[in-house]
Amino acid sequence: MSALGELSALGRKKPAGQKKDNLAAYLFLSPWLLGLFAITIGPMIASLYLAFTDYNLIQAPEWIGFENFTRMLSDERLHNSLRVTFTYVFVSVPLQLAVALLLAVVLDRGVRGMAFYRSIFYLPSLLGSSVAIAILWRQVFGTEGLLNQVLALVGIDGKGWISDPSTALGTLVVLNVWTFGSPMVIFLAGLRQIPTMYYEAASVDGAGVLGRFFRITLPLLTPIIFFNLVLQIIHAFQSFTQAFVVSGGTGGPSDSTMFFTLYLYDRGFGNFDMGYASAMAWFLLVIIGAFTAANFFASKYWVFYDD
Amino acid sequence: MTTETIRSTVAARRSVGVSWARVRPLVIHVALAASALVMLYPLIWMVVSSLRPGNEIFREPGLLVKDLRIENYRLGWNALTEPFTRYLLNSAAVVLGAVLGNLVSCSMAAYAFARLEFVGKKFWFAIMLLSIMLPIHVVIVPQYILFSQAGWINTFLPLIIPKFLATDAFFVFLMVQFIRGIPRELDEAARIDGCGRAGIFLRVILPLMVPALATTTIFTFIWTWNDFFSQLIYLTDPKMYTVPVALRSFVDATAESSWGSMFAMSVVSLVPIFLAFLLGQRFLIKGIATTGIK
Repeated sequence: MSALGELSALGRKKPAGQKKDNLAAYLFLSPWLLGLFAITIGPMIASLYLAFTDYNLIQAPEWIGFENFTRMLSDERLHNSLRVTFTYVFVSVPLQLAVALLLAVVLDRGVRGMAFYRSIFYLPSLLGSSVAIAILWRQVFGTEGLLNQVLALVGIDGKGWISDPSTALGTLVVLNVWTFGSPMVIFLAGLRQIPTMYYEAASVDGAGVLGRFFRITLPLLTPIIFFNLVLQIIHAFQSFTQAFVVSGGTGGPSDSTMFFTLYLYDRGFGNFDMGYASAMAWFLLVIIGAFTAANFFASKYWVFYDD
Repeated sequence: MTTETIRSTVAARRSVGVSWARVRPLVIHVALAASALVMLYPLIWMVVSSLRPGNEIFREPGLLVKDLRIENYRLGWNALTEPFTRYLLNSAAVVLGAVLGNLVSCSMAAYAFARLEFVGKKFWFAIMLLSIMLPIHVVIVPQYILFSQAGWINTFLPLIIPKFLATDAFFVFLMVQFIRGIPRELDEAARIDGCGRAGIFLRVILPLMVPALATTTIFTFIWTWNDFFSQLIYLTDPKMYTVPVALRSFVDATAESSWGSMFAMSVVSLVPIFLAFLLGQRFLIKGIATTGIK
């Protein structure tokens, strides 16, 4: 069962009466608990406090109330970074999942060499977050890059895809779609769970390829689609490396690849404006939390559980 | 309907599209092979280009190498303030620490969640699952302050110590799932033979959860090797740079002319990931299929 499934199953009661092992259990948990408090919860509380202060690492934090948040309301670069991030998330995630689903469905039909193709398609999702691939992207979509060299062969004049503010973000979307391998593997595992007798029965009733896909595969796969959607949205909101390296650390050209996370890094670690960066981090957490919650809420209307 | 009639109906339907049925596998194979090629082409081209002289990168979109040279590798290796060996060793040290940390701390926590009954279990388990989804940005600023006050900037400690405290809760979850599949009778048998909790964990559970430990090792290896954000923040001294941070400084430091050596070092940096992928595929695919991690 997935992490999301576990979380929603926690409410169910378990038979009581087992012998407790409190001491042993808490000893085994002690490294995790120490980490939880010292490296996760402690810093979370500290960052919530810092969000209400002006702090540059050198002088002591100064309490300024909601000033960081009111400043966010009038910060044009922040609004732009939100636009960039939302565009990226809502274009690249659906595209990535559509490609992943399409290939998973094709591979699931007992294609010979399926394991080979699965590996090939999976490989980019391991490499995609590396600096090396971001460097490759910088070249491929550059003015004299691989893409334009190939386009020139067929007589098309390309342009500097990365230096043009209207296409720079698009190259990052392509990069994210390129890493469709891991949701594809999850889809493949889900497709295995669908009993073949459903398909056989549908064939007998005269359903075609598309009919079977829309009436059987898609509805039965909705829990997996939902799971991938939640995961990839959370993931995409936090993208950093690719935009950072492709834009040479600037989020340019003209802030067109300035993700929220890049702007946060720029404020916090570029300008040591730690109070503002903390406020931004909490804002990001609220956004991600809200989208995840909205996703769970909406799932009641389209996710189909077969049990 | 009897089985016979079902069979004949299905057969009848199939016979209608017999030519399509023959051609279809071929069409699918061609389509799959074409998309695989398009996906991998830039990668293969990067490897090939790194073996070509100087700025052919900007002129030669094909894959043929007329004049094979390892010049770019020699130049790239020494292009930054330290030889590239240094960055590789630094990355290796961070990866080794992170892998050890995750194996020890996550398996301990997973054993408690999967096998022991204790007060507050559900609560802590829920917290653990939620922590998987927590964005790093919410904790990075205070963590940075904490580690810099401890004098840990430009050491590998901020990258390794958290792993010994099971902050990668993904793996706790992955191992919990795995341990749940190990028959409880084995624990009971060991208990009757006089094993305590620690004995059961060390002698029964750990040896049986080797596949989960392998998955954890490979994912930790790949993620830590690729990790950029935290390494960028904590390592500012060129002597301490890991491979991703060094590569990134390459981008800043070099002009167009040294793309060849930049490609060469990028290829070098991807080799370990590629090897991990070849050796550990089985565990990687299983790992994401069961937990949905990236």
